[in-house]
Amino acid sequence: MSDITKQSLTELVENIKNKKLSSTDVTKAFIDRSEKSMELNAYITNDFTSALDKAKKFDQKPNLDLKLPGIPMAVKDLFCTKDIKTTAGSKILNNFVPTYESTVTENIWNEGAILLGKLNCDEFAMGSSNETSFFGNVQSPIDKNLVPGGSSGGSASAVAGQLTPVTIGTDTGGSIRQPASFTGIVGLKPTYGSCSRYGIVAFASSLDQAGPMAQNVKDCALLQEVISSYDPKDSTSIEFKRNHYSKELTNNIKGKKIGIPKEYRVDGMPKEIEDLWQKGIQYIKDCGAETIDISLPNTSYALPTYYIVAPAEASSNLARYDGVKYGFRAKGENLIDMYEKTRSEGFGAEVQRRIMIGTYVLSSGYYDAYYLKAQKVRKLIKNDFDEAYKKVDAILTPSTPSSAFKIGEKTNDPVSMYLNDIFTVPVNLAGLPGISIPAGHDSKGYPLGLQIIGKAFDEQNILNIAYAMEEKINFKNKITDWWIK
Amino acid sequence: MSIDLKTIKHISKLARISVDEQRAKKLAGDLNSIFDFIEKLNELKTDNIEPLTSIAETTLKLRSDEVKSKNIREQIIKNSPQDNEDYFVVPKVIE
Repeated sequence: MSDITKQSLTELVENIKNKKLSSTDVTKAFIDRSEKSMELNAYITNDFTSALDKAKKFDQKPNLDLKLPGIPMAVKDLFCTKDIKTTAGSKILNNFVPTYESTVTENIWNEGAILLGKLNCDEFAMGSSNETSFFGNVQSPIDKNLVPGGSSGGSASAVAGQLTPVTIGTDTGGSIRQPASFTGIVGLKPTYGSCSRYGIVAFASSLDQAGPMAQNVKDCALLQEVISSYDPKDSTSIEFKRNHYSKELTNNIKGKKIGIPKEYRVDGMPKEIEDLWQKGIQYIKDCGAETIDISLPNTSYALPTYYIVAPAEASSNLARYDGVKYGFRAKGENLIDMYEKTRSEGFGAEVQRRIMIGTYVLSSGYYDAYYLKAQKVRKLIKNDFDEAYKKVDAILTPSTPSSAFKIGEKTNDPVSMYLNDIFTVPVNLAGLPGISIPAGHDSKGYPLGLQIIGKAFDEQNILNIAYAMEEKINFKNKITDWWIK
Repeated sequence: MSIDLKTIKHISKLARISVDEQRAKKLAGDLNSIFDFIEKLNELKTDNIEPLTSIAETTLKLRSDEVKSKNIREQIIKNSPQDNEDYFVVPKVIE
């Protein structure tokens, strides 16, 4: 059974379609490994019993025309799942059972997949290390006491640790790509508007996107094909021609022009990251594509802009958690006191910090100086990309300025934690697609990732580039199963 | 710029999050270091720049106002921390 969990999604789908494996075989294998992996703390809620029932039911009357026939899958606990507790990693939603299903998860179940459980994440997706979750930090399968990254840390840990064949995360400032990079897997943040936000617990509505996380590029393409859809229930969902990303995947990227932005060579960046980037440039050339030096002059303003825009939107989105209609409620002497105590006891420190920043920048007298200013700079950042894409088809950068760090290493310094997202945040601000692929190891043996940024709605192109590079890189994730007794 | 304790108290009131003295001090320290970092934006002149208000440059679509999910009141009420089966219950607001 153990080798089942080592198979890629593409292999599992093929084996189920060829009747070499049943959904029950596959589901059992992933449940078994998940149960042995509780030390990773990747799950908040498991749904193993009913997953096995669903697998058996699938096998009785298998529909093998589906894209994910009987494939078990755990998802980030930020996606509302009907009748299954959805917490967003927060105490304030500890007992919340949605009466509706998010569109992206519905798309997944409609293609035959089976829910394994809900994966741990930073509280309301606010964090870069999965240490802000009310349900405790997540361990990385790469090494003990190493963070898996965040906010989709449980998702990254579960894919790298083979507790689920693939998963979906959400990415507001890097929450798919950074943990993918830290754990040696592939993670795609799609173009804003390509995947529906309906039923995803909102953090920053103009930045949030759901996306796939997988062991390889092909799996990632297949899952993207399933989750991307136009949805009338999300007013920012966009109608455009969506490709069959996995079918149209090609490693032929000859003649493509790839931009190398000089501003991503930041102060204090370890030599290992620079070396990795240079290696990536060589791989691009080996694939017959061309690299061109470009400039994204406002890059250094992206993170300060993000830390105005994202908390501002979060402070509005999180106003709904008042202890009245759902979630946690603290006792109060009167209504206002109840609100204030509920939110004080229900939200963790990082979430409170961001609500406070957001409230401040939106408050009377400060709106123009901060929020309006940030929206203007956001425009400049988007203009930088628009300008660059007149010359190039995609952009190559490192995914993160360092490899994964130790649990507890950055928790006392919010700004140093925020700096983790320096290469991923501009992509969200400009609404573009970005993919992180594993590209090497540092001296400690920890994975390092490269990011390919595309034009809006050009997911196919960056998937193709990632696919071609993946072949050249031939990355092998070093998973020692250290947590399995 | 410096955010003092009085400002922290004011924001926490607006945000409806009660903070005690100790947390207020911690928050003031955190927010000051974050805003020091944010101040970098002042280096940029942005007088003639249009703010980016929406990343998707499309007009919002209208749809007909139809009821799609019906009779789930019971399930919705079940999620409330306090109710009397028909209504959400909150602390008394009228003396």
